[in-house]
Amino acid sequence: MTKVILAPINIDNLQLLDEIIPDLKNISKLDFVIEPLKIDISEAYSVERGQYHSTTILKLMIENISNQSSKVVGIVKNDLFIPVLTYVFGEAQLNGKCSLVSLFRLHEEFYSGKSDYELLKQRTIKEILHELGHNFGLIHCKDWECVMHSSSAIEEVDIKGYRYCKLCSQRIKETFEIS
Amino acid sequence: MEKKNKLLIVDDEEIVRQSLKAWFLEDGYEIDIAEDAEVALRLYEKNKYDLILLDIKMPGMSGMELLVKLKEFDPEAIIILITAFASVSSAVKALKNGAYDYITKPIDPDELSHLVKNALNQKNLKDENIQLKTSIEEIIKPDNLIGESPKMKEVYSLISTVSQTDTTVLILGDSGTGKELVAKAIHLNSKRKYFPMVTVNCGALPESILESELFGHEKGAFTGAHYKRKGKFEMANGGTIFLDEIGTISLKVQIELLRVIETKEFMRVGGSESIKSDFRIIAATNENLQDLVSSGQFREDLFYRLNVFNIYLPPLRERGNDIILLAEYFLNKYSSAMNKKISSFDKEAIKFMKEYYWPGNVRELENAIERAVVVCHKDKITLDDLPFRVLKTVNEEPLTERSLEAIEKKHIEKILNDNNWNISKSAEELQIDRVTLYNKIKKYGLRKNN
Repeated sequence: MTKVILAPINIDNLQLLDEIIPDLKNISKLDFVIEPLKIDISEAYSVERGQYHSTTILKLMIENISNQSSKVVGIVKNDLFIPVLTYVFGEAQLNGKCSLVSLFRLHEEFYSGKSDYELLKQRTIKEILHELGHNFGLIHCKDWECVMHSSSAIEEVDIKGYRYCKLCSQRIKETFEIS
Repeated sequence: MEKKNKLLIVDDEEIVRQSLKAWFLEDGYEIDIAEDAEVALRLYEKNKYDLILLDIKMPGMSGMELLVKLKEFDPEAIIILITAFASVSSAVKALKNGAYDYITKPIDPDELSHLVKNALNQKNLKDENIQLKTSIEEIIKPDNLIGESPKMKEVYSLISTVSQTDTTVLILGDSGTGKELVAKAIHLNSKRKYFPMVTVNCGALPESILESELFGHEKGAFTGAHYKRKGKFEMANGGTIFLDEIGTISLKVQIELLRVIETKEFMRVGGSESIKSDFRIIAATNENLQDLVSSGQFREDLFYRLNVFNIYLPPLRERGNDIILLAEYFLNKYSSAMNKKISSFDKEAIKFMKEYYWPGNVRELENAIERAVVVCHKDKITLDDLPFRVLKTVNEEPLTERSLEAIEKKHIEKILNDNNWNISKSAEELQIDRVTLYNKIKKYGLRKNN
């Protein structure tokens, strides 16, 4: 079974990740482990925007885990951006080893001011599986039930499904021979 | 496999180019990037892009100037301008210069995603529309409106003149001369060509059915009307209605038809709601409508309404070398359909086709050639391959008899054969009554030859 490392970057409370691992394993049939990553991401911070440049963090991750053969999904609390866009939920190397997910805009407090822990868990599962899909070479899928459906707004994250559709699962299997 | 849309990103900042590239790659697009206008133009010459994202502020040629140049190359190009500074005046200028839209950096990902999707959807629909129109034109090309005789050239000129207008057309000509094809050609050359052409064969329907066929009916309007049904006038909305054999309609339907032509409004049978429809009327007949008006069988006011612009189709025998052109066209059509290698006609067959009277006109010629292709086993159609009826007439020897009786016998026999021994038709043509014709058949001992 292909191993996926969930790498919380500078996050102390790992309860959320602990709680979603069974679901991640169950949905993806991949083996998930948590391996915190301590890296200094201050160089990714943009003072004008008050956000972190996700591509820079990805670059730092790649430098720090260069010997790993597994896929690595970095998790940050910070708000991410790429220069041309106002924000991103995450970023991944298409067909690569590393991806990054931000929890910042997955919290319901960000939108309604009310906390919803269950919703945060659901959104985090979807975003991790989505970015991981890109690492497996998947592009955005047209099927709204598929976790690889593009989601550029939080509503779209909530609407799309948890699982890879048949076609996307097949593509992952064909490429990496995982079951 | 679904075709990938190809995008060109033009921005002088490396980080922006790479960010956008990565973003769009995840969406499954094919991406090319250019750092300035010069590179963009070079790429544009070699590739076809579905959409171009263009930074407005670049060193050298600006995005706005590049926009104008790209639009000169391809006025259909979809270009979205990106800028760091929102300004209404530059936005207006960009749109005036043909940009699809204008967004400011940093872009809301949701906005970018929807903007690009909508622009591409619009482009795909436009492309699809062009493709469909082309294929429709291929499919609906008027078949076998062929001929180079002066009389047909005059017909083509009339078709081209009247097609550009919405005038009612009356097509006159013997049976089988191609009146429906002329109607089709007018429709297909008019601005109504992408709307339906609805044909009604008035002669084939009894009065009660013709009425509901033309105007439609409401549910329960008459026994058997289980459903509401649209009539042909309603179906022809936007297009053309072709009323074939108009001379056969009853006086009652003539009154209703007159009202519809005048008001473009009608009611379904059993209905109370007035329905409007925008149609052009083309009518056709092989009868002499003026004679029908004189005998009171056709309303004079309707005649004048229909007889605005008329086109007369000559009988095939008056079309000279068109007979051979048409014969060759049908030979090609049927030999391809039947996968036979028949390339031409022999001299004798050509001579006889030219001399034959062709009472059934082009329709008869087409049937004769279709049959000939079926029976022909060589690479040329010979006289023997042509149908019996044709041979019978063309083999006819010139009249050698001198007596009137002998000539009458021959003539009656010819007319009977031409009309496939239909007594009523033959009597009508000979201008004698049926009883007289029977008496003459008996007198001359004529028999139907199978």
